[in-house]
Amino acid sequence: MSSSHGPAALLVDDLVVRFGELEAVGGVSFAVAPGEVFGLLGPNGAGKTTTIRVLTTLLPPTSGRALVAGHDVRAESLQVRARIGYIPQAISVDGALTAWENLDFYGRVSGVARRERRERIDEAIETMGLAPMLDRLARTLSGGMLRRLEIATALLNRPSVLFLDEPTVGLDPSARRLVWERLQALRAQAGTTILVTTHLMEEAERHCDRVGVIDRGRLVEQGEPGELLERHGTGSLEEVFTTVTGHALGPDGGPGEDPDPNEGRLADVRAQRRVARRLG
Amino acid sequence: MSAHSAASPAGSAERLPAALASGAIARLAEGTLAMAQAEMRKLRHDHLDIVTRSVQPLLWLFIFGTALAHDHVLTIGSLDYHAYLAPGVMAQAAMFIAIFFGLAVIWERDVGQLQRLLATPLSRTAIVLGKAAGACVRALVQALLLLVVIAVAGIGVSWSVDGVLGTLVLLMLGTAAFACMSMLIAAVVKERERFMGIGQLVMMPLFFASSALYPLSAMPGWLHAVARVNPLTYEVQGLRQMLVGVGGAGELWLDFLVVIGFLLVMLAAATRAYPKAIL
Repeated sequence: MSSSHGPAALLVDDLVVRFGELEAVGGVSFAVAPGEVFGLLGPNGAGKTTTIRVLTTLLPPTSGRALVAGHDVRAESLQVRARIGYIPQAISVDGALTAWENLDFYGRVSGVARRERRERIDEAIETMGLAPMLDRLARTLSGGMLRRLEIATALLNRPSVLFLDEPTVGLDPSARRLVWERLQALRAQAGTTILVTTHLMEEAERHCDRVGVIDRGRLVEQGEPGELLERHGTGSLEEVFTTVTGHALGPDGGPGEDPDPNEGRLADVRAQRRVARRLG
Repeated sequence: MSAHSAASPAGSAERLPAALASGAIARLAEGTLAMAQAEMRKLRHDHLDIVTRSVQPLLWLFIFGTALAHDHVLTIGSLDYHAYLAPGVMAQAAMFIAIFFGLAVIWERDVGQLQRLLATPLSRTAIVLGKAAGACVRALVQALLLLVVIAVAGIGVSWSVDGVLGTLVLLMLGTAAFACMSMLIAAVVKERERFMGIGQLVMMPLFFASSALYPLSAMPGWLHAVARVNPLTYEVQGLRQMLVGVGGAGELWLDFLVVIGFLLVMLAAATRAYPKAIL
């Protein structure tokens, strides 16, 4: 029933992350097959961002194991970082540089050899449809263009796995659709495995091959969207969420305190609003 | 704990992807240069910025300097006070850039960028050094601008190629050190609102308790003692030695040594603390 045949692009096994007393991620396990689009769903503070930070080697796990493209995030972090692309929620391109300069910058820092850089940049421009805006300062780009530029900067090292933390937050529906179109095209062309986090159930339903529902640090359900709807006899992932967690996906992520100190803090909320304002 | 990220995998060269084909040192240099170049490009897009920032040091030089030079309120031998003050103002202006650069970088502009950089094969040292190099680029452009103004104003600086080059090198070392220091402060303070206050709180004592504005001999004993352990004092003394031929009590090599030592300590501390602060 799950499509994890062959060597997994991502393998997460009983992952636990604690910050002092707080357990942000409490024993999460899942696998993602190469070329799959996997959505990690849940409200703010559910542990999505913490999970991504472990998988991108930014945060060491308290216990458990995570393999990315066959490499252990703890023991072989450098190997992992050479094989991934990561677009955090906060804006990661420099508004004071042009789109092309941002691409050049990320090409250099992600270790793309000089002789290949131009070709890789052209390739990323093509994939993300950035040609008309290369000479514009990034701060003058619209939210959707900015996200596509960010994704392009993360493709220069030809990552096997691409991590996107809330890639469509603050985007209007048409910009959102375009971002997803480009991501799907990338997957089709390069076979890139994509892990996205989102709290938009409808978006996950439409664009993800498989989803994992995460709530208060635990993965409470996973599978193909259609399969989940069937299993729980509901018409939307939103209802699946309510069924498996016992609470609704409220605007603030349901009742209770945030178990994940990486999400939902004042600074974080402020940063998120700032992102949304700049994109909008 | 931070050591795991900087580990270089020896002996598995055939399994390395292209991104790791070059060695750790080459990647460090490439990353640092890329960040410095990005800062250069930003300056090119917005040259007004560097001009407006250069106004403050010029005010110090021509208003404060002129006021104190008038009627020889402060006499430093036969030296014109403007000439005495010029290296101090250059060092101060560079330090201001360094400290505000580090503070502004974190929460305002680059939170996402730093998270991204942490997930690339760049080492943490390269990230911190790259940011410091960015501050150095700005400080360098400003220093050149100030030197031009000093030359045009006919301030009695003893111009020599060695002196000017040495000045710029020492200024860059100092700027990198103060940029690292400000990243360290930013990592500790964390709240954006407190940054400005803390920045001022750190900068002003460093500035006043140094030989930037007046000689150490003019200070009371306690202030003299503070100034003696202030790295800015040594930076200013070195600059002054190279630009106007009047140093402090110490030798030029000592000035360089103190600034380099300060840089290494701050770089090590910032490398530990700074990247974690944005998570």
